[in-house]
Amino acid sequence: MAILTSKVNTRDEQFKTNQQAMQKVVNDLQEKVAQIKQGGGPKYQERHLSRGKLLPRDRINKLLDAGSPFLEVGQFAAWDCYEDYVPAAGVVAGIGQVEGVECMIVANDATVKGGTYYPLTVKKHLRAQEIAERCHLPCIYLVDSGGANLPRQDEVFPDKDHFGRIFFNQANMSAKGIPQIAVVMGLCTAGGAYVPAMADESVIVKEQGTIFLAGPPLVKAATGEEVSAEELGGADVHTRISGVADHFAHNDEHALALARRSVARLNRPKPTELDRVPSKPPRFDAKEIYGIVGTDLRKPYDVHEVIARVVDDSDFDEFKANYGNTLVTGFARIHGYPVGIVANNGILFSESAQKGAHFIELCAQRKIPLVFLQNITGFMVGKKYEAEGIAKHGAKMVMAVSCANVPKFTVLIGGSYGAGNYGMCGRAYDPTMMFMWPNARISVMGGEQAAGVMAQVTKDNLARKGESMSEQQEQELKKPIVDQYEQQGHPYYASGRLWDDGIIDPAQTREVLGLSIAASLNAPIEDSRFGVFRM
Amino acid sequence: MIKSLLIANRGEIACRIIATAKSMGIRTIAVYSDADRNARHVALADEAVHIGPAASSESYLRADKIIDAAKQTAAEAIHPGYGFLSENEEFADLCQQNNVIFVGPPVSSIAAMGSKSAAKAIMQEAGVPLVPGYHGSEQEPATLKAKAEEVGFPLLLKAAYGGGGKGMRVVENIDEFDEALASAKREANSSFGNDKMLFERFIRNPRHVEIQVFCDEHGNAVYLAERDCSVQRRHQKVLEEAPAPALTETTRKAMGEAAVKAAQAIDYVGAGTVEFLYDQSGEFFFMEMNTRLQVEHPVTEMITGQDLVEWQLLVASGQPLPLVQNDIQVNGHAFEARIYAEDPDNDFLPCTGQIRHLRTPEGEAGVRIDTGITEGDEISSFYDPMIAKLIVWDTDRERALLKLQRALRQYRLTGLTTNIDFLHRLASHPEFVQMNLTTEFIQQHEQSLMPAKDLDIQRIGTEAALYDVVARQNALTDTASPWQQANAMRLNDAAVHQIELQHQGEVHVVAVEQRGDQFITGEGDNQCSWQVQVSDDQLTVIRNGYRYQRFVCADDQELTVFTEQGPVILHRHKVTDTLVDEAAHGGLVAPMNGTIMEVLVNKGDAVEKDQPLVIMEAMKMEYTIRAGHNGEVTDIYFGAGDLVSDGDELLAMTEEE
Repeated sequence: MAILTSKVNTRDEQFKTNQQAMQKVVNDLQEKVAQIKQGGGPKYQERHLSRGKLLPRDRINKLLDAGSPFLEVGQFAAWDCYEDYVPAAGVVAGIGQVEGVECMIVANDATVKGGTYYPLTVKKHLRAQEIAERCHLPCIYLVDSGGANLPRQDEVFPDKDHFGRIFFNQANMSAKGIPQIAVVMGLCTAGGAYVPAMADESVIVKEQGTIFLAGPPLVKAATGEEVSAEELGGADVHTRISGVADHFAHNDEHALALARRSVARLNRPKPTELDRVPSKPPRFDAKEIYGIVGTDLRKPYDVHEVIARVVDDSDFDEFKANYGNTLVTGFARIHGYPVGIVANNGILFSESAQKGAHFIELCAQRKIPLVFLQNITGFMVGKKYEAEGIAKHGAKMVMAVSCANVPKFTVLIGGSYGAGNYGMCGRAYDPTMMFMWPNARISVMGGEQAAGVMAQVTKDNLARKGESMSEQQEQELKKPIVDQYEQQGHPYYASGRLWDDGIIDPAQTREVLGLSIAASLNAPIEDSRFGVFRM
Repeated sequence: MIKSLLIANRGEIACRIIATAKSMGIRTIAVYSDADRNARHVALADEAVHIGPAASSESYLRADKIIDAAKQTAAEAIHPGYGFLSENEEFADLCQQNNVIFVGPPVSSIAAMGSKSAAKAIMQEAGVPLVPGYHGSEQEPATLKAKAEEVGFPLLLKAAYGGGGKGMRVVENIDEFDEALASAKREANSSFGNDKMLFERFIRNPRHVEIQVFCDEHGNAVYLAERDCSVQRRHQKVLEEAPAPALTETTRKAMGEAAVKAAQAIDYVGAGTVEFLYDQSGEFFFMEMNTRLQVEHPVTEMITGQDLVEWQLLVASGQPLPLVQNDIQVNGHAFEARIYAEDPDNDFLPCTGQIRHLRTPEGEAGVRIDTGITEGDEISSFYDPMIAKLIVWDTDRERALLKLQRALRQYRLTGLTTNIDFLHRLASHPEFVQMNLTTEFIQQHEQSLMPAKDLDIQRIGTEAALYDVVARQNALTDTASPWQQANAMRLNDAAVHQIELQHQGEVHVVAVEQRGDQFITGEGDNQCSWQVQVSDDQLTVIRNGYRYQRFVCADDQELTVFTEQGPVILHRHKVTDTLVDEAAHGGLVAPMNGTIMEVLVNKGDAVEKDQPLVIMEAMKMEYTIRAGHNGEVTDIYFGAGDLVSDGDELLAMTEEE
């Protein structure tokens, strides 16, 4: 037992200021999500409903077990990315429990541009599949899409991680014994026809679902044959004649009931067992994180205060507490699962990087999932540090993070800048799941630093010509850079581009991590093999 | 004293007899049929003997098998309970022949009361009042009128060869007699070709009042007060009480003494009941005598403090009655409500099924439950569908009645239809409270005894949903996966539990938002905050500061909420319930257990796709089974009124290509 104590004073002015600021960004986040959940808006939703179809989120609710959590992935996908408004990139994805089995659900939203695939729709679909493949989660595709977004065909069709990859993934997951179930609840045209066709098992809804390589207009144009959509590829045709689909459903609800039945028959082996103990809530209120962290990234705080509000019973067994203490490492539990925590408490020095590498190796050896709480401006710079080899020490940490073959979960709780992002398991390091707090920022370096670097380079150039820059000129040079970094480093910008799996309310961190860890344990934890560490 | 007793019965009465016998140190032997292998009475008895298949004609009514069982176990005595062989003189005789004590009256007493007309003659002889009447052959109008005056008014004039109400008249007084007689004769003549008339005193709104009597072999006879059993349905008692309300002491005594006289007239021994019709004017008339322990004996036990089964066993052992008349005191008031598996909304037809959930007010002060049923038991069609007798006692009628109402609300049973709520409506009916009793009570108040209609299903559904959510969360082990928390967690959004419940064919959607330990329902002015605790079937809520309790039973299929207006069953809405999987079958199958109401086609009919074929009723809803395709009906397996099980093929049809 190593219970953390808290030095937080909730009556403190700074605490209150922080709390209000964080509350504001959380409120904004929730408002945006409420809007995203409206899909294509009332007009298209009504039209959808009038056809006797359910909305994608209602479909998911009916598919899930009563009361099951739903851990949405890519909620902000395509946010402010296109001229078109494409909430959630026109596809709702996430993990939920169906018949007691954790599944990845991918549901097209036909109210958003007919459910067509924008580049980010493809990216989100592939990301959902990637998570499913990583965690061995059965996939349930609720298909209702017009297929590729034709005007953007060059961004969705030809490349490796484009539309075709969806079916490649289905094939390979199926090969690995990860079930693929498709429920055809609307259009499934052209390439889309392969979603049910490639599925292990499929359901199709009468008079709603259609599967064909070419729709009636294309058929008429090509051969002159006149045929209705239902005759061409409706439920009756595919369950009775063609065998393209397996189960005939009378309506959406029925189809979802049939999908549940399919899942109930999957015979999923038990997920990986870890040394699990009963879950205990932290001893401190998670909401206090607001007052501790605030939104001003320049204001430091002790990350132990955050850990105390995330881990079970606030019990944190710290590793190398006195060494390289700008990186906090230690063992804890989340929802009863053992985890190794790696959290920033300042800039990374050589010692902190070496300690981080050591701890990550330890967890990999013991097959303990890793949780990275990322708030890092980068590695220390300067002559002394270069001379002591900070680059190779940082490299050790990056090597450890890259090769550690345990489930890894990254939460951006503050800044995520430069090589710090690498060492702390940024997106490129394949965390199983990655989330961002609404106060966090991500960029190659901080906006101020970037502006400073640019100003310095300009000044140096001017100096070579014997010129100089006024204070005002310098500010004018810096401002657009700072603004650009602020905009591009913002969670909405990042999450919109799927640089992470979602923005989360800091108070939900423990919950999200618990669900993520539990989901990841559907897959066995492999042995880790590391590359050459530069000593 | 008897040392061993075989109980030739089942259900609550067998359990009740075993309890007393055991307390007296008597070895108890039960008998059981195939259907009762695991019954409560078998478990309670010291020993039990299997006597045959489920049908009572093959088991509980087989005197030979029961005698064999008694011999096999060396039982000294047999208690027949009520029903079955309890009033069977051959059986009593057989016992005697086999030297087994029959706990009941002598064979001759049973025989004497066995024939109703013979019994009446004996009673008339003994001076026990009978309903006055005239059944003579003298048919002169003047004679008839004179006799009518003797019989008294109002009277009921009937055609001797009549039926169906023809030639029948109620005559209120002597002045109406001539005219009524003339018209009745005319009608009888034209209807039956015979105008012979008979008449009896017409007893308007009579009450059924009966006297418990007890006699021993030593010539002692007492009565243990009376019971009012007026409230009946299908000529069977459902609600009994003791003492009978609104009776004068004089009447009580007169009835008691008349009953003792009746018993003595047939040299009665043991427990018996003399039933009287009680006229609102205060007169009473002998109906019949039951030569056994009555179902409703507990109310007498409650007000006299005596154990009538103990008395029976003492008397059967040849001992004198424990008390003399003057020592028998009446204290307080008792009710008995008979809980039946039956449908009050469907002419009280018996229901069968498994009792899935059973909680009773057992153990509450002044509450007694006599039952042979435990949770999980099946109520089969082989035997009487009585589930239990709920008996309450308190110092006076008003208090006892309140206790009865409360206890009925606490009696929580699911799995089959019962009359519990109907009993509650009876017990709280103003006329019943006011003691305006009559054997016509249920018919007279049919409308006001109907179940409440103004149910707030949204509110009840919310309570059901809260119970369901919290019960599920409570059931989690502390190492359950976070995915099993059933907290409806959503990212950056409210956790809303949405449940679809079906009530009388309508789907109600209930949404409950969870915020930690708190739940929120409704919006704006209708917003409510709830705190919820669940323990077993008990739901305690604090709704906007108002704390109250409900009881809820939940299973995979339905949620039953026990409200102040009775139990309300909410089915979990499942889309598959409303669909017939026609694609999967060539023929057509019943979507669930139910009854065929109508078959709309005949064998050999050509039918078109979607044509209605069969109408069935299930869960109080009608379902139309339609043809899934064009074809010809080749066979029909069920007819109207037949019970069908989920998945039964109803008919066969060919498929037209």
